[in-house]
Amino acid sequence: MKKETWTELAIGALNLQAGNSVSNLTGTWRSGRKPEFIEDNCIQCFFCWLYCPHFAVRVEEGKVTGFNYDYCTGCGLCAEECPTKEKAIVMVKEETKIIEEGKK
Amino acid sequence: MKAVKILNGNQTIAEAARQINPDVVAAYPITPSTAIVETIAQFKADGMISSEFVCPESEHSAMSVCIGAAAAGGRVMTATSSQGLALMWEMLYIAAGLRLPVVAAIVNRALSAPINIHGDHSDTMGARDSGWIQIYSENCQEAYDNFIQAFRIGEHLDVRTPVLVGLDGFIISHSAEPVLIEDDREVRSFIGEFKPVFPLLDTSRKITVGPIDFTDYYFEHKRSQIEGIENSPRVIEEVGREYGQKFGRFYGFFEEYRMDDAETAIVVMSSAAGTGKDAIDELRSEGLRIGLLKPRVFRPFPHEKIAEALKKIKAVAVLDRASSPGAFGAPLFTEIRSALYDYGQRPKIVNYVYGLGGRDINVEHFKEVAAKLQKIAETGKVEEMLGYLNLRE
Repeated sequence: MKKETWTELAIGALNLQAGNSVSNLTGTWRSGRKPEFIEDNCIQCFFCWLYCPHFAVRVEEGKVTGFNYDYCTGCGLCAEECPTKEKAIVMVKEETKIIEEGKK
Repeated sequence: MKAVKILNGNQTIAEAARQINPDVVAAYPITPSTAIVETIAQFKADGMISSEFVCPESEHSAMSVCIGAAAAGGRVMTATSSQGLALMWEMLYIAAGLRLPVVAAIVNRALSAPINIHGDHSDTMGARDSGWIQIYSENCQEAYDNFIQAFRIGEHLDVRTPVLVGLDGFIISHSAEPVLIEDDREVRSFIGEFKPVFPLLDTSRKITVGPIDFTDYYFEHKRSQIEGIENSPRVIEEVGREYGQKFGRFYGFFEEYRMDDAETAIVVMSSAAGTGKDAIDELRSEGLRIGLLKPRVFRPFPHEKIAEALKKIKAVAVLDRASSPGAFGAPLFTEIRSALYDYGQRPKIVNYVYGLGGRDINVEHFKEVAAKLQKIAETGKVEEMLGYLNLRE
């Protein structure tokens, strides 16, 4: 994406595009590990959804179903907060991909 | 109806605020500007203004309220002094960076330590890189005129930059003078309706004010901010001319007093310029060809115009009511000396720090400076470039 010059920007450093953080794929920050969802252990407490700083926990028809890896930074908060004895979220190794700027 | 009233500087600013009737006034009292806030609060209690009057817990909060109210889409003002302005410091940059045209009356007072309540320019000079436009006043009438113009300048769509108007603590804030207060309706029509730009209260358009910038955008946004203050000279000139046409008192970037055939000149801002003019009159009657230049606008600094006005003078003394420890001279001096650098013909120039913590400056002190300038003009030699005036040595 071509970045604006200073003359093309809105006055006062305002952001005029509400909700444009969806275009910021924070999943590209992930490095070395990612959460894995084990559905059988999940009690649908929504702690992971509540604690996730990047809204990367996927919820479908009122149920946690996994993660949106476009936004998951691999921070591990969800696995840490998962309260079940047998964890429904575990962190697993992931080979780090080098992602070029501007590409998914 | 317009009328001459006997008012001190604080009452004068409050009177202008009453006429302007901003949407929000948020201020915290501090000597010597307290009476501005008190008087506006009285106006509010008496139903003479419809402004929302907010009493926050500190000056930092006062400026924060101003920023929030301005971002919401309101015309906003505050007043403070010294430590109060210092406590606002981080918020000053935010008001400027968000391009919010907040107007502040700053009753200039020394900064601690040692603690001192009297007038000098340390407070506003400390804020000189905050991005605010700075206008200084010699007397109550100028404080009134400057404060009204400040709204027009800051709110102009090409500028959208906060403006502070300085007036000297006690010397102006607490000295009563006859002030011509213009007709309420005339002042209101001069100011005009406030035009909000992307106000937060316009819920039909969703925006974010103050999001974070990383290395890829901060620099461009800062450059964009600088454009606002760089557009302001034209607006300051237009507003000063229009104010003159309407009310009879014209304003520019600085005032020149008996400079036409001057060989030497003294540059001094604010109330001391009044004393300086008396000294110039006496010195002129003694046969000295000396003049005075009083900067009114310090930010944006009118470097070309001041250099043009001073380039043919033989010797110039710049008087600063603030020090800049460790710098090559005090703030006004460094600006003027730098402005003259590109001129082949330029004066010898010296700097005197004066009046810190409200120390008096009298006609005799100006005469002392004039004598030194005369010697420099005759010999072409500067013995002491940076000095102090009326200091026990």
